[in-house]
Amino acid sequence: MTVLRSRLDTASPQFAAGREAMLAKLAEIGAEHEKALAGGGPGYVDRHRSRGKLLARERIELLLDPDSPFLELSPLAAWGSDYPVGASVVTGVGVVEGTECVVVANDPTVRGGATNPWSGKKTLRALEIAEQNRMPLINLVESGGADLPSQKEIFIPGGRLFRDLTRFSAAGIPTLALVFGNSTAGGAYVPGMCDHVVMIRERSKVFLGGPPLVKVATGEESDDESLGGAEMHARVSGLADHLAEDEHDAIRIGRRIVARLNRRKAGPAPAAVAEPAYDAEELLGVVPSDLKSPFDPREVITRVVDGSDLDEFKPGYGTSLVTGWARLHGYPVGLLANAQGVLFSEESQKAAQFIQLANRADTPLVFLHNTTGYMVGRDYEQGGIIKHGSMMINAVSNSRVPHLSVLLGASYGAGHYGMCGRAYDPRFLFAWPSARSAVMGAEQLAGVLSIVARESAAAKGRDYSEEEDAAMREMVRNQIEAESLPLFLSGRVYDDGVIDPRDTRTVLGFCLSAVHNAPVRGTDGFGVFRT
Amino acid sequence: MRVVRDLAGLAGETEAARSEAAAAFGDPTVFCERYVEQGRHIEVQVLADNHGTMWAVGDRDCSIQRRHQKIIEEAPAPGIGAAARERLHDAARRLAGALGYSGAGTVEFLLDADGTFSFLEMNTRLQVEHPVTECVTGLDLVEWQLRIAEGAALPDEPPAARGHAIEARIYAEDPERDWRPQSGDIAAFDVPDRVAEHTNPAGYGVRVDSGVEPGTAVGTDYDPMLAKVIAWGRDRPDAARRLAAALAGARLHGPGSNRDLLVRVLRHPAFVAGGVHTGFLAEHWADGLARPLAAGPAERLSALAAALAEAAGNRERAPVLSSLPPGWRNLPSQPQYKRYRTARGEELEVGYRTTRAGPVPATGEDVRVHRVRPDEVHLEVDGVRRTFAVARYSGPLTCVDSALGAVALTPLPRFADPEAYVAPGSVLAPMPGTVARVAAASGDRVRAGQALMWLEAMKMEHPITAPAAGVVTEVAARAGQRVDSGAVLAVVEEEN
Repeated sequence: MTVLRSRLDTASPQFAAGREAMLAKLAEIGAEHEKALAGGGPGYVDRHRSRGKLLARERIELLLDPDSPFLELSPLAAWGSDYPVGASVVTGVGVVEGTECVVVANDPTVRGGATNPWSGKKTLRALEIAEQNRMPLINLVESGGADLPSQKEIFIPGGRLFRDLTRFSAAGIPTLALVFGNSTAGGAYVPGMCDHVVMIRERSKVFLGGPPLVKVATGEESDDESLGGAEMHARVSGLADHLAEDEHDAIRIGRRIVARLNRRKAGPAPAAVAEPAYDAEELLGVVPSDLKSPFDPREVITRVVDGSDLDEFKPGYGTSLVTGWARLHGYPVGLLANAQGVLFSEESQKAAQFIQLANRADTPLVFLHNTTGYMVGRDYEQGGIIKHGSMMINAVSNSRVPHLSVLLGASYGAGHYGMCGRAYDPRFLFAWPSARSAVMGAEQLAGVLSIVARESAAAKGRDYSEEEDAAMREMVRNQIEAESLPLFLSGRVYDDGVIDPRDTRTVLGFCLSAVHNAPVRGTDGFGVFRT
Repeated sequence: MRVVRDLAGLAGETEAARSEAAAAFGDPTVFCERYVEQGRHIEVQVLADNHGTMWAVGDRDCSIQRRHQKIIEEAPAPGIGAAARERLHDAARRLAGALGYSGAGTVEFLLDADGTFSFLEMNTRLQVEHPVTECVTGLDLVEWQLRIAEGAALPDEPPAARGHAIEARIYAEDPERDWRPQSGDIAAFDVPDRVAEHTNPAGYGVRVDSGVEPGTAVGTDYDPMLAKVIAWGRDRPDAARRLAAALAGARLHGPGSNRDLLVRVLRHPAFVAGGVHTGFLAEHWADGLARPLAAGPAERLSALAAALAEAAGNRERAPVLSSLPPGWRNLPSQPQYKRYRTARGEELEVGYRTTRAGPVPATGEDVRVHRVRPDEVHLEVDGVRRTFAVARYSGPLTCVDSALGAVALTPLPRFADPEAYVAPGSVLAPMPGTVARVAAASGDRVRAGQALMWLEAMKMEHPITAPAAGVVTEVAARAGQRVDSGAVLAVVEEEN
């Protein structure tokens, strides 16, 4: 047992300022979360309820085991777009009959649950999580189909949904569709492609073409019930496996189906859990209000891992990256956390070695980001920073143990890649409200553009307007700053959500349990390391 | 029974009673007795050997009765002067002596408010309430019965009484619903205050005489008495206090009981003042004697404790993510709700939200949650930290015990069992029993409250009535058929 002692001065002005800044950002994020929770707003919610229907989140609550936790994913999807925050679908990981499942529930109060481009991205991300972690997928379907004005963004990529469903089935990942309402046209293939289908008497409506379309196409007179009613599908077409009396009954049947799946987790079970020795509440003040000031990630680690117990690896070498072994909610993990922002050759080599060791020991890795990227400059280039950075990226890319990433602060440039950014397929990636992610910092990017423009003007023999330069820099800085923010990145589904720092341990514990549904096995098949 | 207050009415009333008796029993014989309005049931314990020694081993008051059955008995009888006591004892001794009685017996009297007493009957056996006499005398009456039969001789004088003893009979019955018998399995029976069982305590304290234990099935074929709890104290207030506390603190899980009524009687000012008589329950009924100790807010708090304990239990047993906080959400949208049905049939919904500081009530209860374990919850209520012990049984049944009173809750499932579906208008058996007779047939038009059949249970006939005016569409039970609680007996289709 190696307890990591905290040196955080919670009485200092820096701590107070950091905490205040964090709370302000949390309030801002919270307001956006409220929008997602509000769905289509009071009017549509009332109308939905007046039809005797449950809201998407109420359906999920009933589906989950009583008192079990639920990790909602991508709640900020579509933020900053023309579509409502949340993207008219609720996705997440929850426990049904003791089995961790991925749930995808259309929110019919938002434009009838129609799928827009962001709903598509969010849904496919949830499917990816189900696939990578081998968790059953439960679809709670009630959608008016594609949002037709944006069909050009949906039609072609959206087809992947149906392909994924049947591939999951082939891969032994069970798929369920509980159909609460409309699931027509393309949407009809969701039940069509799922292993288990439950429909609700006088509620579910599943057909390729409704009465008007049938009339136009063939002249046949028909009605909803004969074309796609639950009773018809349960007794005539055979598309429905179960006929439920009402929404509650459908959810009850869905739970019974999962109970009979006989799922066994493929990864090892967790060991006994010990709470950290330090209060998670103090995580609010760990990150300084200005990201330019570095902070010691050990202050985060000691408030996140079991018993605040960390065995550091190479503590005296490559000190701007902390690496070490710990347990989190009983699961062994290797942690990589940026300490001074910059990654040098030593840090890169240390990371590459550490990742190889984790693969030998089948130990999942957690990346805590606060990096401005790999060091630049003559000495560093000549010292092989590209070679060494590549080693780290090679190791991260080919590692086969599960990776979890949390952006605490900066996550810029190739440093974002080396620390297992989104493109490197971490099983889950979350951001703190204090995070920033971009090719480089807004200030630096504006500065680089300014120098390039100035040189270009000089080369062409033109005058360079300092006034215009200042305006340009200001504009670029604002744009890049805005596009580096977690709200923006989360809106584009580049992460799985923005979390409260105090929830970090719970979220990571949840994710570690989820990843253990799939086998946890490392590799020795790395790319060629240029040493 | 007819009461005649004016002598002029005697002849007419007697004739009416005779014809009633003739119609009901085929025998017109009736007894005329003096009517004692606020009488007390006083009895004298006698013990006689075969060598001519006849003891009056003290007296007992057994006036607190329901349906002419004793529920609280005490020794010695309170508020009786030495002269009256001596007259009672003397009468008892003389009666038993005249009979040449041997062994233990009881001579029962009815004591009028004016001090006169009348002989009721003699019980030639040991009685249910004998432990109160044992406590105050230190005698073992059972042992003495056996010794007398073996020819032993009693000492000349009985031992002097010391202190005061009160016995309460715990019955599986519902005082609020006409003493309806309650049945089911005993899940827990424990009186933590007890210092002796089936035997006299060495000093002042609580004795428990019971034949039930966890697992005992309480049926409807026998008298529903579960246990006798006896408190022996230095004086009457001390004994009453000890008994009330022991009963209130008892863990009695399973069938409903009259425990709360007993506690309310023992704590009632009239009882404490010694104002016992056979009409005590009727006189003070309006004070809410039958109300559960934990009613209203206390019941809600108990339900909240049950929900929190259940959540903690669910987490502990969870096969995955068991170390995460109960009901954790990164985006909380609604509380975790649980529904319970109380013993009175009311539904309670309680909920909690998970916060970083732990669970907080979400259904309006103004309490702070301190500690939550699957079997114990600490809630701060009005600045007082209270412990709620929560026991969950299959059945399902959740029993919550606290200083506020005991609450029995049936956890309601989130989903209706499709097999348990009953047609609207179904009339269900309120308790297990045997259908005595059936008065309705399919197709009958019935009034609301009209008896459709009678169910015999605990030697009583309970009418099964139509819940609303309508037409009987089904009669699902026939006379002589045994039915379980909840069985569909008939279906009445309501008329609009």
